[in-house]
Amino acid sequence: MMAHAKNAGKFLQDDRRSDWQDKALWAVRQKRDIAAGQVKEWEKLREQASQIKEHTLSNLDGYLLDFEEIALQNGVKVHWATDAEEFNKTVLQIIRAKNAKKVVKSKSMLTEECGLNPFLEKQGIEITDTDLGERIIQFRKEPPSHIVLPAIHLKKEEVGELFHEKLHTEKGNSDPTYLTGAARKHLRKKFLEADVAITGVNFAVAESGTVVVCTNEGNADMGVQAAKVQVHCMGIEKIIPKTEDLSVFIRLLARSATGQSITTYTSHYRKPKPRGEMHVIIVDNGRSSHLGITAHRNSLKCIRCGACMNTCPVFRRSGGHSYGSVIPGPIGSILAPVHRTKEKKDLPFASSLCGSCSNVCPVKIDIHEQLYNWRQELNEKKLLSTTKVVSLRIAGKLLSSNRLYNFSGKTARWALRHMPRKVIYNNLNVWGKGRELPEPPEESFKEWWNKNKK
Amino acid sequence: MNDQVTKNRIGLFIPCYIDQFYPRVGIATLGLLQKLGLEVDYPVEQTCCGQPLANSGAEKEAIPVYKNFVRNFSKYDYVVSPSGSCVYHVSEHYNILEQTDEVRKVRKNTYELCEFLVDILKVDDFGASFPHKVGLHQSCHGLRGLKLGTPSELITERNSKVHQLLNKVKGIELINLDREDECCGFGGTFSIFEPDVSVKMGKSRIHDHETNGAEIITATDMSCLMHLEGIIRREKKKVKVMHIAEILNSSNL
Repeated sequence: MMAHAKNAGKFLQDDRRSDWQDKALWAVRQKRDIAAGQVKEWEKLREQASQIKEHTLSNLDGYLLDFEEIALQNGVKVHWATDAEEFNKTVLQIIRAKNAKKVVKSKSMLTEECGLNPFLEKQGIEITDTDLGERIIQFRKEPPSHIVLPAIHLKKEEVGELFHEKLHTEKGNSDPTYLTGAARKHLRKKFLEADVAITGVNFAVAESGTVVVCTNEGNADMGVQAAKVQVHCMGIEKIIPKTEDLSVFIRLLARSATGQSITTYTSHYRKPKPRGEMHVIIVDNGRSSHLGITAHRNSLKCIRCGACMNTCPVFRRSGGHSYGSVIPGPIGSILAPVHRTKEKKDLPFASSLCGSCSNVCPVKIDIHEQLYNWRQELNEKKLLSTTKVVSLRIAGKLLSSNRLYNFSGKTARWALRHMPRKVIYNNLNVWGKGRELPEPPEESFKEWWNKNKK
Repeated sequence: MNDQVTKNRIGLFIPCYIDQFYPRVGIATLGLLQKLGLEVDYPVEQTCCGQPLANSGAEKEAIPVYKNFVRNFSKYDYVVSPSGSCVYHVSEHYNILEQTDEVRKVRKNTYELCEFLVDILKVDDFGASFPHKVGLHQSCHGLRGLKLGTPSELITERNSKVHQLLNKVKGIELINLDREDECCGFGGTFSIFEPDVSVKMGKSRIHDHETNGAEIITATDMSCLMHLEGIIRREKKKVKVMHIAEILNSSNL
C-alpha cells in the first residue's frame, strides 16, 4: 500500500477523531459557501484573480525587479535566496548582525518549507511561533496538519493537557477561553523579549514595494511593532502588480480560507519604523524551475487559502499529516511531486477526482485535472509499482478485445457465484475489506441482448 | 419532446461493470428509450471506455480500448449511456487520440442518459411513477464534469437536469441531504488504492441518506451505487440502491 493510503488508514483507526475532523472542516467549507454566496460577482472575481496571476507569472522577473527597486527606495533591505539553505543563512545573518537571541515568527508556510525553525534552533536561537495553532504544534514538535488551521487535528482536551505540561495551566481544564488566555500571557512575554520578528507574506505589491500580511490574531503586528528588526519572507510567486489587484485577492482569500469577509488584520508594511530595520527576503527554492514546466505552471497561482483542503472529502477524513508534505491536501498533491517526484508519487492517487477542489479554488487552479495528468506522468516516468503496471497492461488487453472481455467477464461471474466465500474474500481482495462484491448475475447485458434483441 | 430525434440512429453504450454486474440497469435504460419511441441499437463488440486504465495513469495503454469504442460508436447520431462518469471520460479524455472525424463525432455525441433526455429529447412526461422516499447521490463526474447540475461550490444560478427529471416522477418523495453533493468515495481505482478512506467516505454518504429517511439511494452512475451497495450489504443496512434509469422507467408498483 502506498504511503498516503497507509497513513490515512492509521488515522482512520480512530474513527471518532476522523469524524470530528471531517465535521470541523466541513463547517469551515459551509462558512465559505455562505461568505462567497454574499458576493454576487464571486465567479467573476475568481476568473479575474486567475488572470492576474497568469499575467504575473508570465512577467515575474519584471515585477520582482520593480518591487525591489521601490522597496530599496523606501529604505527596505531586499535579499534574494535561491534555495532553502541560502534563505536560512540570510535569516541567520540578519539575526547575528543584531546579536539577537530571541525571535518571534508569525505564520509562514515558506519558513516551514525551508526548515527555518530547526535550522535556527541548531544555531542557538530561540524561535517562537506566535500563531496559536502554530504554537500548539511547535510545543508538540510536529508539523502543521493544515496550512490555515495548523492544529485542526487536535481536540481541545489534548491542547489542555499540552498546556498543563508546557504552560502549567490547571490540570484537566480545557476551556478554550482559559487556554487562549494562558497562551496570550505566554506569548506576550515572547513578543516583548524578541529582538527580531519574522513574518510570511501573503501578497507583495510591485508598484509600491509593500508586503501584505493577513492574520486573525494580530500576531504579525505584535511582533513587528515590538521588535527592532522585521523580516518578511516571500516566495517569488507572492508578487502582484498593483495595489488595486489587492482588492481582488483580499476579497477572495479570507472568504475562501475561513468564511470571513476579511481577516481580522490585513497589515501593509512598506517602510522600516523609525530606528528600525525592515528586511524582505525573496525566495525561489525551486519555483522558477517549476514555472518552466508548462503542464504544472498553473499550480504556482496558489494563494494558500486552504479551501481545497476543507472541501476535499479525502483530506477531511485522512488528516493533513497523512500527506507527509508541508502543503498537504489536493494542492499539495500536485505541488509536492514537482520537485520530489519519486518520493511523492503516491499523492496524485490520494484523490477520488471528485473535482470539488477545482471549484472552490479562488484562483481557478484545475487541481483535479492536474492530479489526473500527474498520474499519467508518473506512469510515463516508470514510477508506478510493477504489480500496478502489469495488471494495467493485462486490463488493457482484456478491455480492447470483445472476445477476451466477454470470456473473462463470464469466468469472473461464474467464479464469484461458485467459489467459497473464504477464497473470494482473502487478503488480496482489497475491495472486500469493507465492502461486499456485487452479486453476479447469470447473464451479462450483452448475453441478454444477444438472446432477446438480436 | 423533440420528435426529430426519433429519426436518428441511437447507439446504446453499456459500460463494462454495468454489463457484467448490473444488466438490469442496461435493460431499464433500453426500455426507457424505447418507451420514448426511439430506435436503439446496441453494438455488441463494445467493451469499456478505458477510464479504469486512464484513471490509474495508463492513458497510453488505454488507447486500443478508446479505438475500440470509437470503432463501435462512430456510426451513430447519438450515443447514450447510463453512466455520467464514462461519458465524461469519452468526451473529455479522448483528446489524446488523433482527432479524426469519427473521434470528434463520438466525443461530441456521447450523452449521459439524463442529459440526453433533457437536452436532446426534451422530454415532458414519461409516465413514470415511483411512490418512495428517494435520496439522490449526485455523482461527481456527472455533476462537475458534465455539469448535470450546479455543484454546491459554485456561486451561480442553481439548476439540475437530474432533479428536473426526478420531479416528473409521480409519487416520488425526494429527500434533502445534509451534504447535497459530497463524493461517495468510489473514485474508480481510488476505491482499491485507498480502501480505508474510500469505505469511510461511503459510510458517511450512506449515513446522510439514512438519517434523512431515504428508502432508496439513486444516482446517475451505477459505479457509485456499486460501492455504496457493497457497504450497505456488508453492514446489513436496510436502505437500497437503484440506478436512476430504473426509477425513470418504472411505471407502476
